[in-house]
Amino acid sequence: MTVTTEDRTGAARGPASTPLRRMTALARAELTLLGRAKGTLFAAVFVPLVLPLSVRSAAEEMDLAGAGLTPGTVVLPAAVGFSLLFAVYSALVGVFVVRREELVLKRLRTGELRDAEILGGSALPAVVIGLAQCLLLTAGCTLLLDLPAPPAPHLAVLGLLLGLVMCAALAAVTAAFTRTGESAQVTPMPLMMVSVIGSGMFVPLELLPDKLASVCELLPLTPVVALVRGGWTGDLSAGEALGALATAVAWTVLAVFAVRRWFRWEPRR
Amino acid sequence: MDANEHGHVIEVTGLRRVYGGGFEAVRGIGFTVRRGEIFALLGTNGAGKTSTVELLEGLAPPTAGRIRVLGHDPYTERAAVRPRTGVMLQEGGFPSELTVAETARMWAGCVSGARPVAEVLDLVGLGAKTGTRVKQLSGGQRRRLDLAMALLGSPEVLFLDEPTTGLDAEGRRDTWELVRALRDSGTTVLLTTHYLEEAENLADRLAIMHEGRIAATGTPDEVTAAQPSRISFELPEGYFAGDLPPLAGLGVSGHDIDGRTVRLRTRELQRTATGLLMWAASAEVELRRLDVRPASLEEAFLGIARRAAEEAGGGSAADLSTKECVR
Repeated sequence: MTVTTEDRTGAARGPASTPLRRMTALARAELTLLGRAKGTLFAAVFVPLVLPLSVRSAAEEMDLAGAGLTPGTVVLPAAVGFSLLFAVYSALVGVFVVRREELVLKRLRTGELRDAEILGGSALPAVVIGLAQCLLLTAGCTLLLDLPAPPAPHLAVLGLLLGLVMCAALAAVTAAFTRTGESAQVTPMPLMMVSVIGSGMFVPLELLPDKLASVCELLPLTPVVALVRGGWTGDLSAGEALGALATAVAWTVLAVFAVRRWFRWEPRR
Repeated sequence: MDANEHGHVIEVTGLRRVYGGGFEAVRGIGFTVRRGEIFALLGTNGAGKTSTVELLEGLAPPTAGRIRVLGHDPYTERAAVRPRTGVMLQEGGFPSELTVAETARMWAGCVSGARPVAEVLDLVGLGAKTGTRVKQLSGGQRRRLDLAMALLGSPEVLFLDEPTTGLDAEGRRDTWELVRALRDSGTTVLLTTHYLEEAENLADRLAIMHEGRIAATGTPDEVTAAQPSRISFELPEGYFAGDLPPLAGLGVSGHDIDGRTVRLRTRELQRTATGLLMWAASAEVELRRLDVRPASLEEAFLGIARRAAEEAGGGSAADLSTKECVR
């Protein structure tokens, strides 16, 4: 080991630290790590691209025309939902829990990074992958299922962006109640199953009894699916669209509050 | 204002930390650290060292008391403090699947005015390990990576929580040399250790913590000087304690007799030893198992443990033995 005294006036000093620089550095490291975690990578990247196929075969059994739907407007919102659940939500629960158990989060908190930057920077790769996947799925559905150009694209874009932020925040909440990397395989299950069944992914809410449908409308992913579908069907009224936006924003705010209140930055001893 | 008029970079007064479960880990301590000084918190596991350092690092707010690091509260004014401090936690905290270089690059992107990554890794002797994954590093190499990350931003104040635990003798000496070099260039260092030798060799000043309180503080010499020197020997055959010369006349400040073993405590080692040996010479007896030892940090440490045990109602001092505090 060579010992040299510190040179405070020395050349080649890095720039002052900014939130953007810090989060980029963290996101870059997380992306490298994601590339090395083959299991997570498979679940995050391939599952959401394959699952919509099963929705398509289910859609063929349903009476869609009566509800004003086409295979395309059933499969695409479902595909976006799967992408948010697998590539963003479930993957990030694992990231947050494993980094906490490795004491990485605690170590990061000793530096200049703020709490929100740590979570945001760590979440960035998964969020970007989720976004890219949704764009890819949109292109795929347009080409393969004869999906027309969306009459209300702004609703779909808003729904998707809110969905990405909400799923990242919900992942941090779930991580707060997950003790180990192994249990991180299980704890995302409830929300994922409830969403797949109740948020209009497999069965459009339009096909459910009214009472059940109005309860399901309050689930976190329902407004996202509804907004994306509404973007393509164009039959979402202003009131319905605002209601969906309000539900999605409420879940996001609630999740952020829960993270601030309950997120754990180091393992329980 | 960075430090007060006395040049104190770290000021702690009336510090307490009570955990959620009600356990009081830090029970009202105060100390100051001057610029360019190495200050050691010495104590056994559970003495409250890490609980204290975490408060100084600004990881949690204290239950009570006041902390100033570079003139600011490290918790509420973190933006003013963090760019100027470097931290090494007691235990790692780097993703196991990243390489050393990737870890350093990530960390460099998170600190202001980062030094070149290669320079810092060379400094801690990891220059040849840049392509190695963190999970493949030995415990000692991980400690050195942690130290390198703490140094990346050229901190003015460095917090090192047990920096040499898990290092071999050579790695420990290298780290000491590095910490001294940093001190000599003006860095203020606060470290915790349970190695007496480390505190004795490295610290300009130290505080011995015991059960959340500071039991003794000062330079290593001052802390040691407050302790008596010790002489022990076996009473010769046929002699009894009453046959010894009057102990007070030899400068003995305390003694105990255990079977045939006599232990004397004195603050005038030469006078006591001379008197004892002259008595032995004139009586023509041999003092078997004669052991004369000047006051040391170890004595100070054990003395604190013994007094604590006595105060606890004659409880055993075994829970604070030399086993935990390794030389």
